[in-house]
Amino acid sequence: MSALGTDSMKDDKKMAADGGFEPNIVGFLCNWCSYAGADLAGTSRMQYPPNVKIIRVPCSGRVNPLFILKCLMDGADGVLISGCHIGDCHYSEGNYYARRRFAVLKNFLEYIGIDPRRFQMSWVSAAEGDKWAKVVKEVVEDIRNAGPNTISAEKK
Amino acid sequence: MKIGVFVCHCGTNISHTVDVEEVAKAAAKLPNVHFATTYKYMCSSPGQALIADSIKEKGLDRIVVSACSPSLHEKTFRKCLEEAGINPYLVEMANIREHCSWVHSDRAQATKKAIELVKLSVAKVSRSKPLSKSFIPIEKRVLVIGGGISGIQAALDVSFAKFPVVMVEKEPSIGGKMAKFDKTFPTLDCAACILTPKMVGVAQNKYVTMHTFSEVVEVSGHVGDFTVKIKKKARSVDLKKCTGCGACYAKCPVKVTSEFDEGLGKRKAIYVPFPQAVPNVPVIDRNACLWFTKKTCGLCKKVCAIGAIDYDQEDEIIEEKFGAIIVATGFKQFDHSVYGEYGYGKFKDVVTGMHFERMANSSGPTGGKIVRPSDGKEALDVVFIQCVGSRDEQKGVPYCSRVCCMYTAKHATLLREHNKNAQAYVFYIDVRAAGKNYEEFVKKAQDEYGAVYLRGRVSRVFEKGGKLIVRGADTLSGSQIEIKADLVVLANGLIAQDDATTIAQMLHIQYDKNRLFTEAHPKLAPVETITSGIFLTGACQSPKDIPDTVATASAASVKALGLMVHDKLEKDPLVARTNNDLCSGCKACYLACPYSAIEMVEIEDRKLKRKRMVSRVIEGVCAGCGNCTAVCRMGAIDVEGFTNRQIMRQIEAL
Amino acid sequence: MKYAYYPGCSLHSTAKEYDLSTKEVASALGIELVEIPGWACCGATPAHLTVQSLSIALPVKNLLQAKNMDAGDVVTCCAACFSRLKIANHFMETETEKRKEVEGIVGERYEGEVKARHFLEVLTKDLGLDKLKTKVAKELKGLKVACYYGCLLTRPKGVTGIDDLEDPRLLDDLMGTIGVEAVKWPYKTECCGASFSLSKTEIVLKLSGDILEMASDEGAEAIVVACPLCQSNLDLRQGMINKKLKKSFDIPIFYFTQLVALSLGIAPGKLGFDKHMVNPVKLLKKKGIIA
Repeated sequence: MSALGTDSMKDDKKMAADGGFEPNIVGFLCNWCSYAGADLAGTSRMQYPPNVKIIRVPCSGRVNPLFILKCLMDGADGVLISGCHIGDCHYSEGNYYARRRFAVLKNFLEYIGIDPRRFQMSWVSAAEGDKWAKVVKEVVEDIRNAGPNTISAEKK
Repeated sequence: MKIGVFVCHCGTNISHTVDVEEVAKAAAKLPNVHFATTYKYMCSSPGQALIADSIKEKGLDRIVVSACSPSLHEKTFRKCLEEAGINPYLVEMANIREHCSWVHSDRAQATKKAIELVKLSVAKVSRSKPLSKSFIPIEKRVLVIGGGISGIQAALDVSFAKFPVVMVEKEPSIGGKMAKFDKTFPTLDCAACILTPKMVGVAQNKYVTMHTFSEVVEVSGHVGDFTVKIKKKARSVDLKKCTGCGACYAKCPVKVTSEFDEGLGKRKAIYVPFPQAVPNVPVIDRNACLWFTKKTCGLCKKVCAIGAIDYDQEDEIIEEKFGAIIVATGFKQFDHSVYGEYGYGKFKDVVTGMHFERMANSSGPTGGKIVRPSDGKEALDVVFIQCVGSRDEQKGVPYCSRVCCMYTAKHATLLREHNKNAQAYVFYIDVRAAGKNYEEFVKKAQDEYGAVYLRGRVSRVFEKGGKLIVRGADTLSGSQIEIKADLVVLANGLIAQDDATTIAQMLHIQYDKNRLFTEAHPKLAPVETITSGIFLTGACQSPKDIPDTVATASAASVKALGLMVHDKLEKDPLVARTNNDLCSGCKACYLACPYSAIEMVEIEDRKLKRKRMVSRVIEGVCAGCGNCTAVCRMGAIDVEGFTNRQIMRQIEAL
Repeated sequence: MKYAYYPGCSLHSTAKEYDLSTKEVASALGIELVEIPGWACCGATPAHLTVQSLSIALPVKNLLQAKNMDAGDVVTCCAACFSRLKIANHFMETETEKRKEVEGIVGERYEGEVKARHFLEVLTKDLGLDKLKTKVAKELKGLKVACYYGCLLTRPKGVTGIDDLEDPRLLDDLMGTIGVEAVKWPYKTECCGASFSLSKTEIVLKLSGDILEMASDEGAEAIVVACPLCQSNLDLRQGMINKKLKKSFDIPIFYFTQLVALSLGIAPGKLGFDKHMVNPVKLLKKKGIIA
């Protein structure tokens, strides 16, 4: 991890929601399709739950699997990666790498006992504001059902 | 480190659902944040002035603007920072409008999320580094690969702007496929009449250097600085000495079939492919020439008064530098010998559209007569079959070749023009005549030139009693029909050249499953490739007619000229970079890069006291996608603006 | 050389002479044909038009039967049987869903491991024309025939894999080997009308009539076939065709095995020439092939 510039593991921080459980989700969105799709959802005033915090990356292929592990270890309840549709990558083939890489990661997460619902992928184009809203709703619902992430608590 | 956070109201667009004061208050408490405030319109002049003044007054060195999407105003604020005297890459935007205030209605929740988003940006900017733009010098010369109408137009357009152009053509003459055509649709202009002036124009142009009978064999470098090796095949005739008098080929005793005439005519072993060839200098076909095969004859050398014949000439490889490359390698006609129903290419009187062009041409092998190649008799009943190879996933290519409907209508017209008693029958699937005056042209072929159009496929062509029997379906009348034809003309589709993949790999450009070169964007960058500085024109990208080919040639020229007018190319610094100390030289990034922007270089490792390989990013080619960073096991390669350190800090902030 | 022999219904009835001559040729060339015990219908014509899974299950049942007898590949002479066996194997090899369904019907696992072959392939490819040539006792000189493959032998593309789709050559080459001249003609793979013979005879008269006419126009004195249905349509219906088209065709329709047998010196009496409607003996005598 040190090679990736992490100095310290962060303390466990569980979101204490009023009443029900509100999952904390990290979204990695590619700059060209999904981030622009989320922008379009905004300009179209589509409503969706506020649980996903977006980190902008140039391409879904930029996302290192360690980022996802780091998110889950640091207490995020879920991670969502969204990129251009297959065949539409701005960098022509980055999302092919992403698709393969994260299919493997998803299996791996399940193998080590992490609920596969905590890690999700979607393909949202810059024209699909409605799809982005739908994806967020579904992912939040999924992870709400999966319950709070307890890995970081166990880590201690 | 002194970070300043500026939260925008965006009128009421943000402040309506997000408590911006609350956001600023929370931001002020974040680590390294020295100052936080709000303003009505942060992107307005007073808003920008507020940021600039704060930088100066409070000594801020990094800025977070909490406002709209970076796609709208990231550039605005970078400029603002630059003018205020700090590095423009030390600003981050928190998108609390599109991703927050506009998509959530609960004020408390939206405010909470906005604070989280600001936290993310503060975390990221705290690990930002000052970056500077880089510049790539540009070699002000353009290479055009291919000397057909596409390459000719591109070369002329570039030379008009007074930049040097080098044109490489593999055949002995420029002119390409268009030089073989008789007439052009939909105006029936004589192809040679509109092409040959352009050919001569290229030859006489002082900005254009032509290498005919030559091929590009190696390309290295990147935009602005390509190094290209060109193989000049041995012509056996001195280009400078030859006057084109023609004495040599008049005397040459060896006759072989002419490629230019599609095998319908003959040429000599020393030949110019066609009378209007440019350059008008013969070439010796060493496989046919008696001197090269049997060491006899030598007549051409004897008759050449100026001693231009050079049997000892050898292939020569020259190396040149270019700033941009225009690829105009054209197409190949589909080979119909896979079609058993049309006789596997074995029937002499089943010919292709290109054969028809040569026959219709008055300087062609039949002197402008449409005849049966088998017996030389004039063809009266001629059946045209459309979509040969095109739109056929079984035996051909899945796409429509776009030009065949039109050239068949042209052939049907020419047939009647050449012989009033001739009758054309056209079997088609759909008539695709989308183009200016195209539909009218097809209509005219039917109405005025009497071409009979039959909607259906041909199931079998066979020879019987000296005629060709064409049996097919007429789906409009629902019947099977048989036509006794003198000649069958197949509308063979357009496919990629045999060496298309080799060329693509040499240039690091992409090709699709049909081996056609792929444009950078099908709509918005149709003549660009994903490799900067390399542009596409004509049918090497997809089948095109002459108007479209000329249009893309001019488009590609403008793109190339856009580079030529600069002395150096400004390059966004958001590119990948390798840390040599960490790089193990595993080549994972090299293989993952979609742009071939990574090269492997040898460095002297002082600690190990030996040489070792590391990867190096070619800045001019890198697009900053970051695929390399994700595959790097050592964390040695990183992409500026989205570094591992920045993203890790963002994750920790949540 | 040993094969599991699948005669199919025709060779036990209307194409008895095909069966006889095949067995004669096989024994003369040392090819052992072991008839599959209890073989059933191959599923031709009716089954694949009504229940697809049945049309695959029937040939699979026969192929499994052959597998158990351990006599090598299955060989058949009928083009329709050949087609059904090949198509069944194709489905079992390439379509998992279909395979599971059919395995359920036949109650056994099967993935197309028993290969199906046409007797024409056995002679031309397995034995080989060079080897056959050495066994030829008497070349059948002077006979001009049109080799007619029919619609089923080469099609569909990528399934039977026996020869070129539109311009097959196996029969022509075989005829050349035994001294018979095969004329060049375009109707090698036309349709004869097949089983419309009984339901819509008109169609057969038209299609088979076209074939006879083309063969005759191109100078053929006889037609050589590799399919009992083709033989029956061209031979049995020739009289009706003559009446309808006002022609006087007198074109014998031979099975390739009959001519090969003659060239191997097998007595004509063993080859069932008496079962033909258009008498072939006249032509054979005229050419001096039989006494």
